[in-house]
Amino acid sequence: MGPRRTDAISPEHVTSRSVRVPALLGIVLAVVAGCASPTPSSTGRTGNGPVVVATAGEPDTLNPVLNYGPDGASLIFDGLVARDARNQLVPALARELPTVSADGRTVTATLREGVLFHDGSPLTARDVVFTYQAVLDPKVDSTLRSDLDMLASVAAPDPGTVVFTLKHPYAPFVQRLALGIVPAKAFEGQDVNRAEFNRRPIGTGPYRMTSWTPGDRLVLAANERYWGGRPANPGVVVAFVADDNVRAQRMRAGEFDAAELPPKLATGFDGQTAQRVHKVPTADYRGVMLPMGNPVLGDLAVRRALHAAVDRQAMVTGVLGGAGEPAFGPVPPTSEFAEPSVTGRPTADRAAATALLDAAGWTPGPDGIRAKAGRQAAFTLMYPATDSLRKELALAVTADARKIGIAVTPQGLTWDAITPQMKTDALVMGYGTPYDPDFVSFKLFGSAFAGQGFFNPGSYRSATVDAALQAGRDNTDPAARRAAYATFQQQLAADVPWVFLTYLQHTYVVRDTVTGVTPRVEPHEHDVANSLWWNVHTWEKKS
Amino acid sequence: MTAPAPPPVRRRRLAGAGVMIRRRLLVAVPVLAATSMGMFALGAASPIDPAQQYAGAAAFTTSEENLDQLRANWGVDDPLPVQYARWVGNLLRGDLGWSTSRHEPVTSVLAARAGWTLLLVGLALALVLVASVLLGTLAAYRRGGWFDRALRSFAYAVQSMPVFWLGLAAIAVFALTLGWLPAGGLTDLTATGTDPADVARHLVLPVTVLAISQAPWFVLFVRDAVAESLRDDHVLAARARGLPGRTVLFGHALRTALLPFLTLVGTHLPELVGGAVLVETVFSLPGLGAVTVAAALGADFPLLAATTLATTVVVLAANLATDLGYAAADPRVRLDD
Repeated sequence: MGPRRTDAISPEHVTSRSVRVPALLGIVLAVVAGCASPTPSSTGRTGNGPVVVATAGEPDTLNPVLNYGPDGASLIFDGLVARDARNQLVPALARELPTVSADGRTVTATLREGVLFHDGSPLTARDVVFTYQAVLDPKVDSTLRSDLDMLASVAAPDPGTVVFTLKHPYAPFVQRLALGIVPAKAFEGQDVNRAEFNRRPIGTGPYRMTSWTPGDRLVLAANERYWGGRPANPGVVVAFVADDNVRAQRMRAGEFDAAELPPKLATGFDGQTAQRVHKVPTADYRGVMLPMGNPVLGDLAVRRALHAAVDRQAMVTGVLGGAGEPAFGPVPPTSEFAEPSVTGRPTADRAAATALLDAAGWTPGPDGIRAKAGRQAAFTLMYPATDSLRKELALAVTADARKIGIAVTPQGLTWDAITPQMKTDALVMGYGTPYDPDFVSFKLFGSAFAGQGFFNPGSYRSATVDAALQAGRDNTDPAARRAAYATFQQQLAADVPWVFLTYLQHTYVVRDTVTGVTPRVEPHEHDVANSLWWNVHTWEKKS
Repeated sequence: MTAPAPPPVRRRRLAGAGVMIRRRLLVAVPVLAATSMGMFALGAASPIDPAQQYAGAAAFTTSEENLDQLRANWGVDDPLPVQYARWVGNLLRGDLGWSTSRHEPVTSVLAARAGWTLLLVGLALALVLVASVLLGTLAAYRRGGWFDRALRSFAYAVQSMPVFWLGLAAIAVFALTLGWLPAGGLTDLTATGTDPADVARHLVLPVTVLAISQAPWFVLFVRDAVAESLRDDHVLAARARGLPGRTVLFGHALRTALLPFLTLVGTHLPELVGGAVLVETVFSLPGLGAVTVAAALGADFPLLAATTLATTVVVLAANLATDLGYAAADPRVRLDD
């Protein structure tokens, strides 16, 4: 079949045209497919090549100062401290864990010696000082400033020592030192917000950046001079594939060694021989914030009844596809600070819920909706309209509440519509960190932050909780802190300012040829940094 | 206007093109100004807070003071006319501004990505034009025949399929089942550079999917127009003179039918660009599509204004080109009246 066949179309050939047309169609298809090489790309990669991972979330910048990998494990950078497989702090660029003075306001770190940046220049205390000062500079577009609001100043008395001075004692401060350190020299005479560095980072981490094509991939090469030892593989490629279905398809086509996938897509890989599905626990919880300013939700009996009436197990199975666990408080069960007494039944306890409502005088009306003193047990439950998970949770809560005679109106809105209503309408929210209970909870449940934007939007006020949260950050003694957070969790369980629903699990599919995968409890944010591949420098690929 | 001897016909047809181009350029200025002003007005009306969008998930742990500092750094709380004047001033100096959603100058976002989008759209357009002219003409030649009916059913079927679905189906068949082509990306993930052959292999599926998704319009149009012109007097006359069928079909019938087709191409271009945005998403191509969506969601007006302006310029240029093409192809159309 050659292109000459097209010339053959003429009236004399009318009778044979039906034969020619498919021939022509064949040519068009052949031309379309012509530039395709016959060998598929996915096969033929053998031996210990680079590890290829795929994720949806692409960082906007690779500068830690501008919020790239603030909790460490950023592959390109190291913090003064890092976290091990159990999320315990271990020294990284600091020779040993930084020491805290008796008054809790001075934190001193001694740097590891002989650490080199990827460009060959040595790490000094000046770089550490520059990194933290850049975060604190109001001219720098960093949101990490909010997390470091206790930091008064940082200084380098000598090239090997860094001293942090705090405005007030802050026990978990060392937990904030996992932030990657950048070389001060790279920013000389430059605006941190617009520096070339943000696209071409230089760090001390196990990998140095080779290329970054935003929207496509990030290519990293092993740092042969890594202070922690040469990585076990020659490099890492992070593919950015925003669409979940496409990512699953490409994982199936064999393009990736590991990929993050939503639970329902990951289950498609269950039972396959060449891949494993990892369900990684997180500290990322979803719950319903119940504002004290709502006339129905202001009643403790209603809040407690809702807490008893929701079927968390059904949400885990139905909404999360099994990738989650019931949540009863803001401290994840994997945390050393989790209070074991704060727990409950994973399934709904409707008898207890109705008993609570009956006792409080909420009696069922003719339509099945309870009422008290002429007020119906009804409220609006908002959720961000674009978040399908929160939407499904909102609908599940609505159905569960209806069964005990509480009418919930779910309402999908944009954040700008949600914000002004947070004082009076319930909202499906999500938070959580695996690192320290102070990080989120201090602002989320402290009365000093009542009604301040997303900090304590429901204006929950409890003197017991305030005191416990304050004690948790003032005391450096671990036992005293544990006691403080136990009090905090118990009081929260008694007051029910939130109905906690579920902790999420992140699901990943990993090829069997990869060894060294060590899942650890993850925070909400996980893309290039702090994902299943937090320790990718120890991964090996068998051919 | 008297022109001597052989090639005058062609020259006379495009006479007045210069005047027309100048006139179009004069019109383009207010159109672009209005488009950019519209962008800024929409931006002011948008309830999205760029600082919260910038913070992403951290917005929930970021203090209001911190967010205020970000807004002050970007000047997004300034009055609208001030922001617009600043933007126009920078534009005239060749500075398109700073993209808050991409953390880089708008010019480098465009430089890094516009080429891929243009390549995708250009190749798809070329493919869809060639294929639809060929297939549409063949279908028209034997109207009602099995090929005609099959092509029309196929066209209607494709028209009802979302681009997104077509893309996923193409991946399922050609990348997963057959393993012929890569499922996405611009190059092999482990490639060390952008090798043209590698890129070409990766572009086959996206270009074809985009072309097929846009093809029904064009194919059906060509088919109808050729079928129509096959009954025109001049075509019948050509046939009666005993000219070969190929000459009649492609030289007489198709040529008359192509004239309105040019206009269709011009007006259809924005739709092609819209389809490219979706195709880029499905095939994980680093084009302008994804960043434009992110810019819209992130209230990144410098980037949004730039991509909108660029699209407007492309559409205006395409319209001008089709009008010039029309004048070149149709002796009845004159530009210098």
